[in-house]
Amino acid sequence: MSHFIDRRLNGKNKSTVNRQRFIKRYKTQLKRAVADAVNKRSITDIDSGEQVGIPSKDISEPVFHHGQGGIRDQVHPGNKDFMAGDKVPRPEGGGGGGSGQGKAGRGGKGEDDFIFDLSREEFMDLLFDDLELPNLVRNQLVGSTEFKSVRAGYRTSGAPTNIDVVRSLKGAIARRTALGAPHRRRIKEIEAELEGLLALGIAEDDPRVLALRDELDRARTRIAALPFIDTFDLRYQSFIQLPEPTSKAVMVCIMDVSGSMDQARKNLAKRFFILLYLFLKRNYDRIEVVFIRHHTIAQEVDEQEFFYSRETGGTVVSSALNLAYDVLRERYDSSVWNIYAAQASDGDNWDSDSVVCRDLLAEKLLPLMRYFAYVEITPRQHQSLWYAYQEIAGAHRHFAMREIGGPEDIFPVFRDLFKRQTA
Amino acid sequence: MSSRIISDSSEWTFPLLERFDREIGNLAHNVFGLDTYANQIEVIGSEQMIDAYSSVGLPINYHHWSFGKQFVSTEQTYRRGQMGLAYEIVINSDPCISYLMEENTLTMQALVIAHACYGHNSFFKGNYLFRTWTSADAIIDYLVFARKYIASCEERYGQAEVELLLDSCHALMNHGVDRYKRPSPITMAEEQRRQAERADYIQSQVNDLWRTIPMFGADGEPDADARWPAEPQENLLYFIEKNAPLLEPWQREVVRIVRKVSQYFYPQRQTQVMNEGWATFWHYTLLNRLYEEGLVNDGFMLEFLQSHTGVVFQPNFDAPYYSGINPYALGFAMMCDIRRICEAPTAEDREWFPDVAGGDWRKVLDFAMRNFKDESFIAQYLSPKLIRDLHLFTVRDDDRAEAIEITAIHEERGYRTVRQALAEQYNLGSREPNIQVFNVDRRGDRSLTLRHYRHNRRPLGESVDEMLRHIRRLWGFTVRLEGVDDNGRVQLLGEL
Repeated sequence: MSHFIDRRLNGKNKSTVNRQRFIKRYKTQLKRAVADAVNKRSITDIDSGEQVGIPSKDISEPVFHHGQGGIRDQVHPGNKDFMAGDKVPRPEGGGGGGSGQGKAGRGGKGEDDFIFDLSREEFMDLLFDDLELPNLVRNQLVGSTEFKSVRAGYRTSGAPTNIDVVRSLKGAIARRTALGAPHRRRIKEIEAELEGLLALGIAEDDPRVLALRDELDRARTRIAALPFIDTFDLRYQSFIQLPEPTSKAVMVCIMDVSGSMDQARKNLAKRFFILLYLFLKRNYDRIEVVFIRHHTIAQEVDEQEFFYSRETGGTVVSSALNLAYDVLRERYDSSVWNIYAAQASDGDNWDSDSVVCRDLLAEKLLPLMRYFAYVEITPRQHQSLWYAYQEIAGAHRHFAMREIGGPEDIFPVFRDLFKRQTA
Repeated sequence: MSSRIISDSSEWTFPLLERFDREIGNLAHNVFGLDTYANQIEVIGSEQMIDAYSSVGLPINYHHWSFGKQFVSTEQTYRRGQMGLAYEIVINSDPCISYLMEENTLTMQALVIAHACYGHNSFFKGNYLFRTWTSADAIIDYLVFARKYIASCEERYGQAEVELLLDSCHALMNHGVDRYKRPSPITMAEEQRRQAERADYIQSQVNDLWRTIPMFGADGEPDADARWPAEPQENLLYFIEKNAPLLEPWQREVVRIVRKVSQYFYPQRQTQVMNEGWATFWHYTLLNRLYEEGLVNDGFMLEFLQSHTGVVFQPNFDAPYYSGINPYALGFAMMCDIRRICEAPTAEDREWFPDVAGGDWRKVLDFAMRNFKDESFIAQYLSPKLIRDLHLFTVRDDDRAEAIEITAIHEERGYRTVRQALAEQYNLGSREPNIQVFNVDRRGDRSLTLRHYRHNRRPLGESVDEMLRHIRRLWGFTVRLEGVDDNGRVQLLGEL
């Protein structure tokens, strides 16, 4: 009368919908918490999930309940030396003593944050919520170079690897059934006839019986001779190539590594680059990153070297822009790739070079790019580069420049740069 | 000589579970005469258990963020190891669904089978509150209907809209219970048919209600003082469902769903001590019987007893982890005590319990299980011996007095006071504020007046403003909350 059911293999995530709704409802609170978390986080784990807390009182569900005051009678266990009529001072904060009721409200408890784990996806969603890539255009070309294989039913010819076994065997069964049907019908008739003859007491060696047996054998052989599978049955999965708009991006990171950029500033720059990288990753299937560092001359380097090696010397920014231009022209055709660039610098530049940079950007680089962001990490006065760039910012909508003073500015500046444009 | 022991392993398998179920079921039905629904026992993993927790123990429920919140917090505490999961969840349905956790040992599974599948199950089937208020055979169907209905509302009117409505309904959930009328059980198809009918009908009624134009002249002035409703209504959700002027038909149906679910849980909230006490008493009795019959070995019993003593542990009031009276401990102690009074009554028991002392304990317990709820059960059966054993005492905290007062302890003149106070502590009516619909200004601004009747001068907590917002959302016009003190003086608590 009892039924046991093994449900262990059933879905585990019955509550996912409810959880998502919970997150959705408290999005503003969570977003605040996430933004805080980003600034506190070390750089290396920025791409993982996060524990965030929101104040419990913000998410309480109200009901009518009794407040403090009035008369209340409570029963407690474990009396040791109280006698009826004893007066006991009212315990504060509910510890010990007799007033269990006092615990609930007193002592400022219940202020704990409601903590929960966000998965990486959820974290990123909240982090980049309301942000969008400016000028996002999917490069879509006639005669596109990108194709995607898409299933397109079945066909009767193809490569052996594409044989669909189930489908082919279904066909084979159908064919065998159809071709064997007349013989099977005949067999049934003969068997009935034979039975009739034998029932009449006709001997086994009677010619009529022998003839029927002979025919029976022949019919059976005919059925057995039907091939189990025939080339006629074979079905192949069909794939066709659909042209696909490219969604590849390349991100060019340009950083000044001259003597004035110390490790702290590089870290700030790195955080900015990482945010940008994560953000691009959400928008594009494939991303390549080009690291260019420069002092008086520019080099293309790998990530490790980009962030951690130190150089000294003066600064010529145009060297990096030139190199970026060369790299792009050589490897990243702007008709196929979405090109983004971010430049971080402390603003130092060889005086006469700033004008060169401006022209380089305006004439050569910006026409190739979706977006170019310049962040200046400096607590000091702006120098010539800033002013030169300001001229570009006035003329080009996909050029943006901001100033970062310390770690707490990074995320706000980032948000500011990629704020969803309502216009 | 072959040993009768079922298994000496602690790993469970399905055949072993079935064997245990057979043995325990045999004892429960044939030896102790328990009457149960058929059992449906489902084995689940811990994550599924957390899922089950967060839909308030129901196998299926509509979607709402608050269940997500519950899920997240359960998952957190479980992951940090702050809390073990309950070993079982049992659902008052027919067949009675119980969940066993995969991680449990064989002993724990046997304990849970005895506790849930025979203890709780027979309580659900026997207790008058459950018989009256819940329809075990229809609840799953109803929940399926509710989930579908709310999902379709979300599709049609938007998730945000439905969520706001549900929030407000949830806030009033405890005030959505009929305490005296009995609903009749119906099937899901019937429910759907009636739902459509109801929607049309209610809407026409409500409109009618508000169309009433005061008739001047012929019948003279209408009685300006006449209140409506004529009698105060305690079921706020019901009142809103039937009378709120601006609700759409689907909104009324959602209010009704929340009300129904609340009603379903109402008996559980009133029988915590009894229900857990009953189940604990039976797992204890049944497993001990298995041991006496040689079906389980000493190791099994040791593990079982360790777990059992953990469940019925009652810390004293001055212990650091004291958090009130443990319903398992109190319930179990009372059930055992009733058995003792039947089997070995003392002179005191004969004086206090003349009807049951020396009776057949099975019959007495069965009667108690069927006909009481926590409040009346304690008032009826808490014995002086148990008060002494637990060293119970009552404390009066009067905010006008300097100090709190010990009003009674476990002594001759204190027994009745303690018993009365403990019973009162389990009286839902005094645990929750008494709030009723007092008046609706039908001819004026359509405002709704609620009254809170204070008991022992206990005021309402600080949630009043927020609650008024919720009620206002449902009612659609001004909502007023008045407090009535012990002397009948009325005072405005809030208006929105």
